Amino acid sequence: MLTLHQLARRFPNGTEALRDISLRLERGDFLALLGPSGCGKSTLLRLLAGLDAPDAGRLAWDNGAAPAPGEIGYVFQDATLLPWADAAENVFLPLRLRGQSRRAAEPEIRAVLARVGLEQFAHARPRELSGGMRMRVSIARALVTRPRLLLMDEPFAALDEFTRFRLQDDLLALWRQLGCTVVFVTHSTYEACFLARRIVLMTPRPGHIATEIVSHVAPGPETRLAPAYTTLVAEVTHAMQAALGTAPVA
Amino acid sequence: MTRLAPWLFAALFLVLWESAVRLSGVPEYLVPGPVAIVGAFLADPPLFLASLASTLGVTFAALAVSAVAGVMLALLMQASPLARAAFQPWTVVLQVTPIVAIAPLVVVWVGDPFASVVVCATIIAFFPVFSATAAGLAAAPADLLDLFALNGAGRWDTLRLLRLPAALPYFLAGLRISGGLALVGTVSAEIVAGSGGVASGLAYRILEAGYRLQVPRMFAALALLSASGVAINATLGALARALMRRRGE
Repeated sequence: MLTLHQLARRFPNGTEALRDISLRLERGDFLALLGPSGCGKSTLLRLLAGLDAPDAGRLAWDNGAAPAPGEIGYVFQDATLLPWADAAENVFLPLRLRGQSRRAAEPEIRAVLARVGLEQFAHARPRELSGGMRMRVSIARALVTRPRLLLMDEPFAALDEFTRFRLQDDLLALWRQLGCTVVFVTHSTYEACFLARRIVLMTPRPGHIATEIVSHVAPGPETRLAPAYTTLVAEVTHAMQAALGTAPVA
Repeated sequence: MTRLAPWLFAALFLVLWESAVRLSGVPEYLVPGPVAIVGAFLADPPLFLASLASTLGVTFAALAVSAVAGVMLALLMQASPLARAAFQPWTVVLQVTPIVAIAPLVVVWVGDPFASVVVCATIIAFFPVFSATAAGLAAAPADLLDLFALNGAGRWDTLRLLRLPAALPYFLAGLRISGGLALVGTVSAEIVAGSGGVASGLAYRILEAGYRLQVPRMFAALALLSASGVAINATLGALARALMRRRGE
């Protein structure tokens, strides 16, 4: 789907955010970018989205088919909904920006709200929804254009553990249903191991890829209790400690 | 009880004021009591109400011009960094210029008494609504701006669907401040222009009563001005709350 060739990004203040990032993204991948704060995960996500441009290197889309507007879905750390619009209006927004009428979009809006379990809350304003429900609306908004690539920037970091587990389960179910490619930024080893098929470990100063670990854990709600999941968490934790040069856990 | 507190305080204050004036025997031409002030108003209500209507007419005209001009300039500065760089420093001049210093010039330049006073009041009322709207247009969340960009939104869609709605609370807050300042600007300009022939507003009534030592009439006009200011503030506050409630915020 997409190949990153030796991407680099330096901010105007001189901070070297990314150096020599090379990565291949296949169609249908679920890839987690895992690392501590300041390792360039979000910067890399913005480069993938085309919201920022690299100073060196290039992004090569297969067959030269760079995504059109709406073909990349983006879910931010906060739900970032329009506070004056109800859930359905918020989900409609990307379609509206592409010139679609509300009437024509209505079936798609209903379908995607049902997919995230919010069909009963189509007319609720963001302030009437819980944090988890707002994030569901945000995910629905990202999915309504049926994106080829879904980029998620620590979307569950601000949620409580129960809501986070529920949304992680739902995200896996959606990924299986829709078959889109997901790049998921997180600083939680547990979250990365639970969700992703490929875990890319990044380290800071400058942000670069330390290593990549492929998950063989069967994804699903029961994964959290599986011994293979625990083993994967341990493997990723040790790899991260080695990459960061920190002492292993006693 | 909390809602009644301002009214109870006002009643207590008026009673104490009247009592102090009566007990001390201060002459009416120095400090009139509330009863004398009400009496002065009731002696000629049509004149006071006509003056009030004149002052409020100028105030609302100035507020409307300020709101339209403030929003237009804020939009221009949002759309063009060059316009922002060119105009922003100069808008502060409007904020810091004492209106009484330039009102005589405005009266001479503009000529028409009504228009002169509207121009002076607009100069005073313009800055809050302009600066608040400009801040609101710039305050659209960065993530939402990214979302709009990702979905191919043009400048018009971003303005219409994001920046303008996001700026509404800022605009309403600025308008509320400008409402009070429009009245202050109107009165200041009327005082200056009054001696130049504009003899209709409440400020002129204050000047006229002052020249004749009719202090209760002066206070009656002042009381009407204060009540107008409170009413303008409350009305604009209620408008803001109603609009925000309608948006579900």
